[in-house]
Amino acid sequence: MTSDNVESVSIMVPSGMLGAGFPEETITRGIALGADVIAVDGGSTDSGPHYLGASKPKTTAAAVSRDLRLLLRAAAGAGIPLIVGSCGTSGTDDGVDWVAGIVADLLAEEGLSMKVARIYSEQRAADLKNPLEAGRIRPLPPLGDLDVATLEDCTHIVAMMGHEPIAEALSSGAQVVLAGRATDTANAAAYALLKGMPAGPTWHAAKIVECGGQCTTNPRTGGVFATIDRTGFTIEPLDESAACTPISVAAHMLYETANPFQMREPDGTLDVRDAVYTALDERRVRVEGSLFHHAEQHTIKLEGARITGYETMSFSAIRDPLILADIEGWASLMHAVLTHRVEQTLGLTGEDYAYDLRLYGYNAVLGDLDPSTEPPREVGVMLLVRAADQALATAVAKVANPLMLHLPAQDMDYLPSLAFPGSPAEVERGAAYEFVLNHAVDSLTPTAMFRTEMGEKHHG
Amino acid sequence: MAETTLGDLAIEVRSKNAGPFWITMELFMRDADGYRIAADETFLDETVVADLYRVDAGSVQIFRIPSLNVVKISYPRPFSQGSLRDRDVHAGQHHVPLAQLVVP
Repeated sequence: MTSDNVESVSIMVPSGMLGAGFPEETITRGIALGADVIAVDGGSTDSGPHYLGASKPKTTAAAVSRDLRLLLRAAAGAGIPLIVGSCGTSGTDDGVDWVAGIVADLLAEEGLSMKVARIYSEQRAADLKNPLEAGRIRPLPPLGDLDVATLEDCTHIVAMMGHEPIAEALSSGAQVVLAGRATDTANAAAYALLKGMPAGPTWHAAKIVECGGQCTTNPRTGGVFATIDRTGFTIEPLDESAACTPISVAAHMLYETANPFQMREPDGTLDVRDAVYTALDERRVRVEGSLFHHAEQHTIKLEGARITGYETMSFSAIRDPLILADIEGWASLMHAVLTHRVEQTLGLTGEDYAYDLRLYGYNAVLGDLDPSTEPPREVGVMLLVRAADQALATAVAKVANPLMLHLPAQDMDYLPSLAFPGSPAEVERGAAYEFVLNHAVDSLTPTAMFRTEMGEKHHG
Repeated sequence: MAETTLGDLAIEVRSKNAGPFWITMELFMRDADGYRIAADETFLDETVVADLYRVDAGSVQIFRIPSLNVVKISYPRPFSQGSLRDRDVHAGQHHVPLAQLVVP
């Protein structure tokens, strides 16, 4: 990698998520401020295992296309690279191809010619057996040791790349880098590290900017602009009406991270314990003292999801004060009658299916942890059934239907009719997934688990 | 007089996923006085959090950050994210029992 002897590198991060939107003028401002690179995250595990398990994006193509059009225009106009991390929400190969397809259409529509790199991060279970048997895959808490069956059960497995595959693509002349699963920070850090900026300030700045305007006093106004140099970094919001303060910047180190002082990357650990945050003026903050401890062993984290069954949902609602006066009694009666009826009609026992009865308006969100004892005014009753196949899950929900409509409380001597919000009563939710990997592989090289292709994708 | 809760003394109390396997919560206290209460180990420690959230006290991590008047708490997710029993996929509402803790 070359350092080019630059004194500083400026990163524009337009928003926390590609497809979340941003005001067009914030991009114009970032370019005017002298951005050297545009970096934006395209994914996360935050919305659950469905997106990885099903290999489907959370964002809609129209929103991603709208954002990318403005970013491609800006990058091409300024002659600077555009980096997208974790394409398609989960960073699967489908996700990279999905974003690459949108980019190809936009480049054609805009009459732009830019060299596009696609970095694939999906892993085959078969390829992970050797490292597993060689003891090169270790669990991260709270998960335990991995077995081959768990790998084979996964519908999709991705490896979280560090900055290295992205930096390599940039070195090869890529003007647009579409990365599969990458750490949230890697896409923002790659260009600055490639240009020789020190690791401590670079990784710290990358963590602070990863959610765009989240580290500002008004996250709704768009993204941020950070300049990394030899001793630290300076950060400001792209929108002039918003501000970064030492507190708003420092507080972002806490966001979605278990440990607020240290953060592991494939190449080592960011350490911000001694970082000092200073206000330069009303809206710019200077950060110095960030450290990065290079690891002896480079590691790559794996993410994988498997199908746990198929779900069907039914929802009705209660306003009758007689039932609400003893909603817990009504719920336990529901449990008893439902399990009995399912056994009677479908011949199923508790091992064949599972369900969760959620009383929205009463304690559905926190369950037994809820500190409130107030009586509810109305309660939404959600029944979520899971079984080995969709037909079975729906059959259980259909057996529950007369109860969701008419189950009286214990001491009611008539049949109430509860409120269904729509017809049909059942909603088939399809496959349900769970994350089963939280393991790190000792890397042979920082780029060995990733495949980079340049230029147009040739299907077939 | 009504009892004072940690939430009353905070600018914000929030919770969120820290990856698919951890929940993390932050108490952003209004001032150093509020911070002293939230950071007091005889009032709020791993056992108190374990009781509130029915998790193993040994798995609870607490970080006290006086420069920000922040107390941060992390623990492993009791229910797998997005699973049948998980009713808060982003863990965004789990701060409430902590915020409603009555201060001495």
